[in-house]
Amino acid sequence: MTASAVARAAPHRRFGLSRLAWREARWAYVFLAPWIIGFLAFTLIPMIATFIFTLTNINLNQAEPLRFVGLDNYARLLGDQQTWESFTVTLKFAAVALPVAVILPFMVALLLSSRYLRFAGAFRVLFFLPYVVPFVAGVLIWLSMLNGDSGWLNLFLQAIGVSNPPNWLQDPNFVYAGLVLVGIWGIGGGVIVYLAGLKGVPTELYDAARIDGAGWWASLRHVTIPMISPVIFYTLILGIVDLLQYFLVPLVLYQGTGEPGGTTNFLNLYIYKSFFNYQDMSYGATLAWFLFGVTLAITLVLFGTARRWVYYAGER
Amino acid sequence: MAAPNRSADASRLTVGEPGLLARLRGQSRPRVRPKAVRNAGRSFAMTFVAVVALAAFLSPLLRSATMSLKSPEQIADVNSPLYPASAATLTYEGRDYDVYQVPIAGTTRDLALIKKGRTSSQFADPSDVAAPLITWEGAWRTLQPAYKFDPHPENFSNVWDQIDYPTLLRNTILIALIGTIGTVLSCTLVAYGFARFRFPGRNVLFLLVIATIFLPGAVTIIPTYTIFNKIGWVGTWLPLLVPAFFANAYDVFLLRQYLLTIPREMDEAASIDGAGPFRTLVSVILPQAWPVVIAVAIFHLVYSWNDFFQPLIYLSSTPDLQTVAVGLARFSGARVASDPGLIQAGTLMTLAIPVLLFLVFQRFFVRGIVITAVEK
Repeated sequence: MTASAVARAAPHRRFGLSRLAWREARWAYVFLAPWIIGFLAFTLIPMIATFIFTLTNINLNQAEPLRFVGLDNYARLLGDQQTWESFTVTLKFAAVALPVAVILPFMVALLLSSRYLRFAGAFRVLFFLPYVVPFVAGVLIWLSMLNGDSGWLNLFLQAIGVSNPPNWLQDPNFVYAGLVLVGIWGIGGGVIVYLAGLKGVPTELYDAARIDGAGWWASLRHVTIPMISPVIFYTLILGIVDLLQYFLVPLVLYQGTGEPGGTTNFLNLYIYKSFFNYQDMSYGATLAWFLFGVTLAITLVLFGTARRWVYYAGER
Repeated sequence: MAAPNRSADASRLTVGEPGLLARLRGQSRPRVRPKAVRNAGRSFAMTFVAVVALAAFLSPLLRSATMSLKSPEQIADVNSPLYPASAATLTYEGRDYDVYQVPIAGTTRDLALIKKGRTSSQFADPSDVAAPLITWEGAWRTLQPAYKFDPHPENFSNVWDQIDYPTLLRNTILIALIGTIGTVLSCTLVAYGFARFRFPGRNVLFLLVIATIFLPGAVTIIPTYTIFNKIGWVGTWLPLLVPAFFANAYDVFLLRQYLLTIPREMDEAASIDGAGPFRTLVSVILPQAWPVVIAVAIFHLVYSWNDFFQPLIYLSSTPDLQTVAVGLARFSGARVASDPGLIQAGTLMTLAIPVLLFLVFQRFFVRGIVITAVEK
């Protein structure tokens, strides 16, 4: 039966919807049109194009004729030492920064939600404030703060008796700690999210825990953390996605040179350089899909484990 | 008999709530005082911890502020205090002399060293130059130099001129405002579509919206940049402005969550009165949703102001069209070693507007973040 036959047989139905429902759906698509067009133009089609690029030898200045090369780019990626080094750099930094990104905002939120804290409103505003400081400004301020000789952090460390504090952003052994400090002004978003989560924990649960003899630590461990596990999960996923893409801070700090000693050659920096510096579109695209695949795989694995440790109060 | 017991119980149960101390004062002192003292102690300890943590957290801002007022010589002087200060000098009989902190008669006075000697030196008092020289017994090399407060606010005007700040500022404001208009318009329409209409594929489409939040930008940037380059948009504002008119996942999500909390009765009443969906959106929904619309506008303003990567790649060849973030990064890359004071002055100028926006609209800001993150 053809489409027109369907229309003749049931003139008031289209795509299996009643006339009223179809009218409602039509309006919905009108309102959704900006997003649908934007999604196609700026997300879906570019994603597919990126994937097609990975199968070709496309290049910004295209010296040799454009042709399909099959999986050559992927073979090159597997054998490219620079890829694995930059991937290792990304994973190492993520391993250092992720615990801070998840735990530090939680601790600050606990402090800010304490019923013993005075002036809590003012503290919340001030702890959130650096979150709106432009990224470049924040990087330059911390660069100066972490200066090996005159930075206040090292002056403070010397004052409390550390005789030879590290030159944070220039020493390969301390650069990740330095970069974590540079990023610390970004915790405001996480703090607010945790605060909202903490506010949502029913007070009866704390009362019940206290009656059962639970102290501060026990009620944190057995009431607070399970109850806000969805927020922890959200922060964790967002933290991983952000950290796998990390490269802008080193781009500003070291102009993309990978200093000190190659410790800041992040995977995303390699993608950026492949495309913008070496004009190698097809290989940059291959690296981008590699990053996408890794992000997707890690996210899916985490969603798989979520069932075991994330507790949704409304779930049946 | 029963009533006093209940009130005593009540006071025990409300420990920690506001007004507790006032209530406890009405109770028999010996029994409740330890608890009140303990609470006050905890309150003090907790607030103290918060003050120390906050001071550490915001101290880089203070350092930036002090640096922004220092000249290169002041920054290079390792003995200078943390605030902007120069070594004090005194012009005495036509020549400049350094001022030192001299311990005399149990106090420390700032005196200019006129005649140096190994075991005794002669000093002039800057506050009374005409008086005879003061002789001090001791090695002058052990004395600390005296500093006087000497800020250099001209750093701000210098950086303003050197990086053509008025142009950068105008560009940033225009890009932020146009982008904000586009974002508010498009995201409101899309969020309304998701919040108020039933249609096939709604859940799948909404999942796609959420999924784009987690999508690495690298996977779309290469073709997008290439296309923008082909159609001549690179080197213009269009790659920054046009996408703003096609909605983004964060703000659609935020608006949609809020619209879902608005009861439908008013919509239905409007539609019975013959209002179409557009009319309902404008005259029923928007008047109730304005707090979240403001939140979205502020979010986009700050996001656009702070964005670095997109202006960097699309405007690198056209300095006249660049934004403050890119201009500042370019300036610091070229000047980082030579004049840190100028860089910090530029930095403070760049963060002033988003910080002020935040302080004025902080209520909307915080509420917006809470809606996006928790209602998931």
